[in-house]
Amino acid sequence: MKINNYQSEYKVLRDMDRCIDCGLCIKECSNLVHQRDKKGKLFTVDKNCVNCHRCVATCPVDALKIIKNDYCFRDNCSWSKDDIVNIYRQADTGGVLLASMGTAKEYPIYWDKLFINASQVTNPSIDPLREPMETRTFLGKRNTKIEYKKNGDIVIQEKPFIELSTPIMFSAMSYGSISLNAHKALAGAAKELDILYNCGEGGLHKSLFPYGPNTIIQVASGRFGVNSDYLKTGAAIEIKIGQGAKPGIGGHLTGAKINKDISKTRMIPEGFDAISPAPHHDIYSIEDLRQLVDMLKEATDYKKPVIVKVAAVHNISSIVSGIARSGADIIAIDGFRGGTGAAPLRIRDNVGIPIEFALAACDERLREEGIRDTVSLVIGGSIRHSADIVKAIALGADAVYIGTAALIALGCRMCRTCSKGNCNWGIATQREELVKRLNVEEGKERLVNLISAWTVEIKEMMGGMGINSIEALRGNRLMLRGIDLHDRELKVLGIKNAGE
Amino acid sequence: MRTFDVGNLYYKDLNKMIRYEKDSDITLKNVMGQRFIGCALKNKKIDITGIPGNALGACLNEGSVITVHDNCQDATGDTMNEGSIIIHGNCGDTAGYAMRGGKILIKESGGYRMGLHMKAYQERQPLMIIGDKVGSFCGEYLAGGTIIILGYRQNGLCPVGNFCGTGMYGGRIFLRSSCLPKDLSPYVDAHVATKEELDSIQENVEEFCHLFDIDNIHLDTDKFYVISQSKTTLYKKKYTAV
Repeated sequence: MKINNYQSEYKVLRDMDRCIDCGLCIKECSNLVHQRDKKGKLFTVDKNCVNCHRCVATCPVDALKIIKNDYCFRDNCSWSKDDIVNIYRQADTGGVLLASMGTAKEYPIYWDKLFINASQVTNPSIDPLREPMETRTFLGKRNTKIEYKKNGDIVIQEKPFIELSTPIMFSAMSYGSISLNAHKALAGAAKELDILYNCGEGGLHKSLFPYGPNTIIQVASGRFGVNSDYLKTGAAIEIKIGQGAKPGIGGHLTGAKINKDISKTRMIPEGFDAISPAPHHDIYSIEDLRQLVDMLKEATDYKKPVIVKVAAVHNISSIVSGIARSGADIIAIDGFRGGTGAAPLRIRDNVGIPIEFALAACDERLREEGIRDTVSLVIGGSIRHSADIVKAIALGADAVYIGTAALIALGCRMCRTCSKGNCNWGIATQREELVKRLNVEEGKERLVNLISAWTVEIKEMMGGMGINSIEALRGNRLMLRGIDLHDRELKVLGIKNAGE
Repeated sequence: MRTFDVGNLYYKDLNKMIRYEKDSDITLKNVMGQRFIGCALKNKKIDITGIPGNALGACLNEGSVITVHDNCQDATGDTMNEGSIIIHGNCGDTAGYAMRGGKILIKESGGYRMGLHMKAYQERQPLMIIGDKVGSFCGEYLAGGTIIILGYRQNGLCPVGNFCGTGMYGGRIFLRSSCLPKDLSPYVDAHVATKEELDSIQENVEEFCHLFDIDNIHLDTDKFYVISQSKTTLYKKKYTAV
């Protein structure tokens, strides 16, 4: 007798009064939830459902609905349903639990405990519709010393930098973890918005080379697709040391996802596992990191700024202080709640620290050491909306990376099964028939809409504070107050409590 | 041909000179540890006496040949794409990291992590030949290409340090040795090289021996081992999606 340890997570309900038996749901569902029996009658296999809403959203007569299956175990505050089911999974397979996207566990979200200031009576607020409001952001080293020529003119020190119309960039998602159409939409939107997207560590597809001036190209431990032409194509180069969703471990794109195009882009054979080792084996110290930074600068004739991306971990402020001395122009810190195409569940849910603390600690440390202006800070991993961005900048960030929010704009329903490669929305899949569901032009427009709307909101919040330039908001922690935080938390965040 | 007496010149200035030099044939004399020489070089030849610093020939491109008449430091040929680096002495750690094509030929010995994560793609088949011996972690994470270690001064002793080929998932390591390393990972396969395998490297090995004037390597009589990824126990983790 076969025991079924897994109940379906969801139930797919079909309103038979509405259903016209068109069979579109069968076509749209790559997870094979909707099927016909021998007699041609429609039925659903609930256990296949990942709650991605594709059938619901495409049903022409609104006949489908997905609800949570309310199966339960006997109440137990120590052992949740997930704990129990995950033990079944591992007892059945002996495998490492693999999860997708950012952690879904209930950890405190510190953004939500921060409140933004506004002007009243004194220092008047500014209306961004009527007065100039500057969100243009420059990332890179700033000159800390003014030097003069003999005739008194200022010596202009040309350092490579990134210029953004608004302090938002699309974070690294490799071609392989997401589809080419998703990449094209991100690239197109970045170009139109005059911001940057990040191609991730999987190399750059030939068709995206024209978007080079809006591309951050990534060099990770696997060095996939990295050669000097690739390095010269982008606006900046990012060395990926770590990722918030999986600090301390590498990447593994399974051979099944390495199709012809991805093989060409990553420059590895088709069907071959792409392994990014956990460390860069040539980096064991800040001096070694400096060597890679300098090598990339040499390879690009000192024309591209170099970003070093690390995950937010316990000693992040010391690490960032070291990186700031490695010659990096920009440091990207990826927080604990950051997303991923696939990461071991236990690492994603337990390793690292929240970005709010990491950011505050790093900004503070760099200021204390007098080197804050030698480097820009970009943070990512949990930015959900424009208010998070305003809070991040007030805590000390120069700009933010967004990943999950951009994918949601492209249609992602956060079913969190990216690693399976069956994304019905054409985002986290390489199956051709699914990829073409994502319309590049439409996706691009939706991303442009999202970032434009957020920028308006940022300007409105800035205006409310009486600030007309994003630069003046950076590290301006007096614009934040905390609630529900104890003294130690307030101290690390460097903010006062509400009412103080 | 253009000759530079390098001496104490700062590495940035030296590399700028090389980058903008119109002559494609460059000789550097008296090199004293300058880093990144020939980084991303294309269609140029550099002949070096003295000791070049770390990351010599990083991101090297097609048509480039770098010849070093003395020893080399670490990270030689990092992420190199094509071309050749010929070293008439010893070479430091992590040479050929993630190299995707071209050749690195080292007459004497190499340090730790030689040929780390080399990969092959279509016609690009990276090759590294080391005349004598190497340190630990040789060919770690190897994904493609060929590493040949000849042990020409070893009298048949194993010419590699500990953990040779750990984590490799492609490519081949040839060892000229009477025995295999004692601590070979269970995740790699090793066997005595077949005639076909030796034939596949014959041309390269002969060229190497001729270039460096080494006369005690006999492919037909010497014992060679081949280390490759294990076919039975692939170095893979099992996953179960939640």
